[in-house]
Amino acid sequence: MKRSTFFIAAMFVAGTTLAQSASDEIATLRHYTLGDEPEPPRIADIIDSDERRARIHPMQPPTIPHKIDNYQVDLRANRCLSCHSRTRVEESQAPMVSVTHYTDRDGIVLAEVSPRRYFCTQCHAAQTDAKPLVQNTFQDVADMLGADAASQ
Amino acid sequence: MASVIQRLKAYWRTFSRPSRHLSMGFLTVGGFVTGIIFWGGFNTALEATNTEVFCTVCHEMRDNVFAELKTTIHYSNRSGVRATCPDCHVPHDWTDKIARKMQASKEVWGHIFGTIDTRDKFQQKRLELAKHEWARLKANDSLECRNCHSEVSMDFTRQSMRAVEAHQRELVPGNKTCIDCHKGIAHQLPDMSGVEGW
Repeated sequence: MKRSTFFIAAMFVAGTTLAQSASDEIATLRHYTLGDEPEPPRIADIIDSDERRARIHPMQPPTIPHKIDNYQVDLRANRCLSCHSRTRVEESQAPMVSVTHYTDRDGIVLAEVSPRRYFCTQCHAAQTDAKPLVQNTFQDVADMLGADAASQ
Repeated sequence: MASVIQRLKAYWRTFSRPSRHLSMGFLTVGGFVTGIIFWGGFNTALEATNTEVFCTVCHEMRDNVFAELKTTIHYSNRSGVRATCPDCHVPHDWTDKIARKMQASKEVWGHIFGTIDTRDKFQQKRLELAKHEWARLKANDSLECRNCHSEVSMDFTRQSMRAVEAHQRELVPGNKTCIDCHKGIAHQLPDMSGVEGW
């Protein structure tokens, strides 16, 4: 009995020291030991500026520059399309969904938005003012081309 | 038979000329006090039916529209000002309120006979019910919205750009009223296929 208690205690000590030494090396977003309950960060605000953003690459789905809180997108109604659909943009003055949304997977152009493109937030996301949790080394292709030309 | 009629006649004499039996002061003051009690009682009962607690007694309201309201900004927001059911769905003016309350008797009928006693039945009937409310708000120029959201007090400089544009283009000249664009803000939308503007 005493032996097993000692063994468990030894395991526990070894475990915590291992975890502490590992915490410096393993990439983690949780900078606290499992036992600690850190204060959660503030929920970031959605950027509601209505200004278009540059795309990271030409095929990138544009990000949403406004709030979409509680927008209903289901079988019964699509709040996004009530402004962005072809027939609605004249009144709403919102950008129309791109023509790619009207083709099915065989490239056939349909009269309405294709069901596979119906759920907007599968690709399009509103943006927040949160600071990135990890560093990003992504390079824009235009910058790469510029660097390439400069080196030659 | 004749004695019954005689007795009724006697009652009627007392009833039609009470001042022969009771003093003028008693009748005046008594009538006044009774009036207060009845009128007050009527209004108290009326106001009791004009509360969220009353509305959500029925599961049709509690499990459908009220449950949906809870996720919206009209229920929970930064300043804690919120709208309850009657704020939007019962006119504030007395005559209009009584008219609406009379209409609501049909809703009691619907509850008793289970017109929308399941979620499926409610979804089936939802477009029709929503159309009633849209028509009502359209007809009174979104009066229940404007009871809180005054166009005059709206600070456009504090709105987002697209809100400013839409309000300046449509709301200020009176081309549209609130409900024309702001459908489904406090509850989920019905099947909107075929609805104008969707």
